[in-house]
Amino acid sequence: FSLYVILHSSTTTGSASPVPNSYESVEGGGYSGTSLQASLRHLHPYSQPFPSLSELSSALGGLGGVSELEAETLRPVNLLQERNILPPKHAPPPEPNLSNDLRKVNCSPDTFRCTLTNIPQTQALLNKARLPLGLLLHPFRDLTQLPVITSNTIVRCRSCRTYINPFVSFLDQRRWKCNLCYRVNDVPDEFMYNPVTRSYGEPHKRPEVQNSTVEFIASSDYMLRPPQPAVYLFVLDVSHNAVESGYLNVFCQSLLDNLEKLPGDTRTRIGFVTFDSTVHFYNLQEGLSQPQMLLVSDIDDVFIPTHDNLLVNLKESKELVKDLLNALPGMFTHTRETQSALGPALQAAYKLMCPTGGRVSVFQTQLPTLGAGLLQSREDPNLRSSTKNVQHLGPATDFYKKLALDCSGQQIGVDLFLLSSQYSDLASLACVSKYSAGSVFYYPSFHHVHNTAQSQKFQKDLQRYLTRKIGFEAVMRIRCTKGLSIHTFHGNFFVRSTDLLSLANVNPDSGFAVQMSIEESLADTSLACFQAALLYTSSKGKRRIRVHTLCLPVVSQLSEVFAGADIQAITCLLANMAIDRSISSSLSDARDALVNAVVDCLTAYRANGSNIQPSGLITPAALRLFPLYVLALLKQKALRTGTSTRLDERVFSMCELKSQPLLQIMRMAHPDLYRIDNMTEQAALHLNDSVIPQPPLLQLTAEKLTREGAFLMDCGSVMFLWVGKCCNETFIRDVLGYPNYASLPSNMTEIPELQTMYSERTRAFISWLLESRTFHPAFHVIKDDTSAKTSFFQHLVEDRTESAFSYYEFLLHIQQQMSK
Amino acid sequence: MAFTFAAFCYMLALLLTAALIFFAIWHIIAFDELKTDYKNPIDQCNTLNPTVDRVKKIKRVRLALKLVLPEYLIHVFFCVMFLCATEWLTLGLNMPLLAYHIWRYMSRPVMSGPGLYDPTTIMNADILAYCQKEGWCKLAFYLLSFFYYLYGMIYVLVSS
Repeated sequence: FSLYVILHSSTTTGSASPVPNSYESVEGGGYSGTSLQASLRHLHPYSQPFPSLSELSSALGGLGGVSELEAETLRPVNLLQERNILPPKHAPPPEPNLSNDLRKVNCSPDTFRCTLTNIPQTQALLNKARLPLGLLLHPFRDLTQLPVITSNTIVRCRSCRTYINPFVSFLDQRRWKCNLCYRVNDVPDEFMYNPVTRSYGEPHKRPEVQNSTVEFIASSDYMLRPPQPAVYLFVLDVSHNAVESGYLNVFCQSLLDNLEKLPGDTRTRIGFVTFDSTVHFYNLQEGLSQPQMLLVSDIDDVFIPTHDNLLVNLKESKELVKDLLNALPGMFTHTRETQSALGPALQAAYKLMCPTGGRVSVFQTQLPTLGAGLLQSREDPNLRSSTKNVQHLGPATDFYKKLALDCSGQQIGVDLFLLSSQYSDLASLACVSKYSAGSVFYYPSFHHVHNTAQSQKFQKDLQRYLTRKIGFEAVMRIRCTKGLSIHTFHGNFFVRSTDLLSLANVNPDSGFAVQMSIEESLADTSLACFQAALLYTSSKGKRRIRVHTLCLPVVSQLSEVFAGADIQAITCLLANMAIDRSISSSLSDARDALVNAVVDCLTAYRANGSNIQPSGLITPAALRLFPLYVLALLKQKALRTGTSTRLDERVFSMCELKSQPLLQIMRMAHPDLYRIDNMTEQAALHLNDSVIPQPPLLQLTAEKLTREGAFLMDCGSVMFLWVGKCCNETFIRDVLGYPNYASLPSNMTEIPELQTMYSERTRAFISWLLESRTFHPAFHVIKDDTSAKTSFFQHLVEDRTESAFSYYEFLLHIQQQMSK
Repeated sequence: MAFTFAAFCYMLALLLTAALIFFAIWHIIAFDELKTDYKNPIDQCNTLNPTVDRVKKIKRVRLALKLVLPEYLIHVFFCVMFLCATEWLTLGLNMPLLAYHIWRYMSRPVMSGPGLYDPTTIMNADILAYCQKEGWCKLAFYLLSFFYYLYGMIYVLVSS
């Protein structure tokens, strides 16, 4: 450790506010002047100038035959002395320590990721490590390459019903051994023939056994009823408030533009229901000259006015649908209705969709005030910044939950778009989507004129929402090797049995998480496998099964468990657990539990290493970002206290953390910060004739910002471009299109397309960032002296605020807790 | 042998405890079936059949609701009876269970109808395990109190 002290002598160790300029000079901009730690890492860990490192590694106890990869991830890092722990580029997810051929066929980490890539052998070993064991899944992700198996027989294990996968073992040519329950099964005759290579007798070369992500075409054994057509129902709020906000125009225009691209086939059906204090249906029968509106005012006992023609075939009634969408915004411009009967409208929607199932999209702009499911305003604005417990995080009534369960039983998924500017009790309303496998979208303070940023985001989100792939009447089952069992599920679905999840709709943008425990010792196996199988009906009416299989090694040493820890997956799983705890018990309990998770884990690590200096906060390299990520979670809107947070925004942040895929959650919790006014072509990517610069990631602290620069912060659903007061004018002119800083408007929401080199480079970088994302973020250009800069600065998690620790103080707090 | 009010109370309590034992057994069976649903592998159609399974499960949850309230009410009834019969020792032994019932009912999830179990959270392994343990403990308690009331009844009949 003397090594580290010498190299850091220019900094004041142990102080909370180091001198800014020294870091900038070390930083230097561009790839070369990156952190000292990175440069140390480039040298071989066992090379001569660093003898102490190998001594330390052996001092960690029992690491005789450790591989180089493991030695790197176990390298002890003293967090109190390392200032630059963030690597300049996102580290790839840890690779499990498997043989090369297994590694090649293993499931992609974007689809299936485990918190510990080395599974402990026993529950006792897992408890010693004090890390949660769980899986993060994104099973219906958009894939560019998906092998589809068209054979008639789907080979499955006879006892546990696992699908055949790359990790089974073939005993001889005619028998195979299941890798989850170890039963020996026979290979059916049809399986012996390989249609891809046209050869016989090589079952292990078949595509099911060569790929860990496959899609089977399901036969009629897998269907309870003929596959349903795509049925879409739109339930729209048309009260005075809704018309004022102007969302109807945006929605109707968007749907008109995307009507052809709605996923489906010739059987696709569509319908509309509008509501204010009464419920309105639209007869769109083919042959009518214009759509006919039917009004039901008895909201205590809503009934369906006509049996058919409310949900019509899209192809046949397309003209009528277009007429309705063109007329709809105008029909309600002079409405004086201020009440909203959401509950009855949802009951009507349920009755309409009962026979077929499908998707219901609900657009709501205020608190429902009439009929069943009416809600009261529960938020007290004075308690928004309270440091004590936050109340009303759970639903006020179980009307929406019961409705969601009924919908789930009839294969109806309900998606909620909340576009309100005042408190609308999202905690109760979101239940209707949570248990029916729908998604929740929230646009606070939506207004088509006063808030164009939200309006644009709504339009772009609608485009993705209407055209994305969808699966109907789906169920998902997650199986694990004998000895492991799943005990808690996180995400939007209904848990129908101990491992069967019922998803009325499945979409490519939702992620799920599960927690596991080790019931029996895994000592006699060396590999643990997990399989997620999703059975769904595609929008074209075909029944498919998408199967993902993940294989991980089993280890018996505590150090190996630490070496394989995947810190991003651990953070996401802890976020899910914290949210469950804050709803079932209290927010402060959840926050304490998060801090204790870090303290316990680091204490466990220290207790197992020997002869390491007791001073300083030592973590293995694999876990060095753990305190930083937990601090970022504690400062998230969902879990923060002391800063004014509206209740609906807090609840929405909780819903996002529980239903988004891992990469999106990490961007939300710990945004990426780049300096973009001085990007160079050094180490740039060359893709498709464009040069994409790769500026390094910066730590989220105001130290890294400078008045002379412009910085881009990528928070997942929103992006900020912060321009410093003295930013060089070439940048402002060439990229933003304004002559100088003073002339920049305060509400710029996009970068103009200019023909300058700077502009092209910046736009190439930003489009590269957006490429892997499905929902485009809202974009804000922020000047340093506007009030909007607080939304930028609240994401700088390493800085101190009046109610929360800075990163260094948090480390000291952890150290203090550890010594108790 | 005098047939006092206390003897009558004990006799009634004996019969009602038999009913409570029956409820406890029903409770255990319901949760065990919920838990072992997934251990039914071979029959493909059944495991993929949503309607039957789901109705069964929700029905079982409704059964639980139906048997929770009667159990609590019966227990409260004979606590009141023992109060009237001034059998303090028996009342004292039943007090903890009464307090537990009241606590359990107060801290139930938000629901419009009466009931304790929420179908969306009941499949969580910790909640399921807790409910099963609760079932076994209650069975043991009711069985012991059955024999205690039997003894109490005979004692009261003989000693007056």
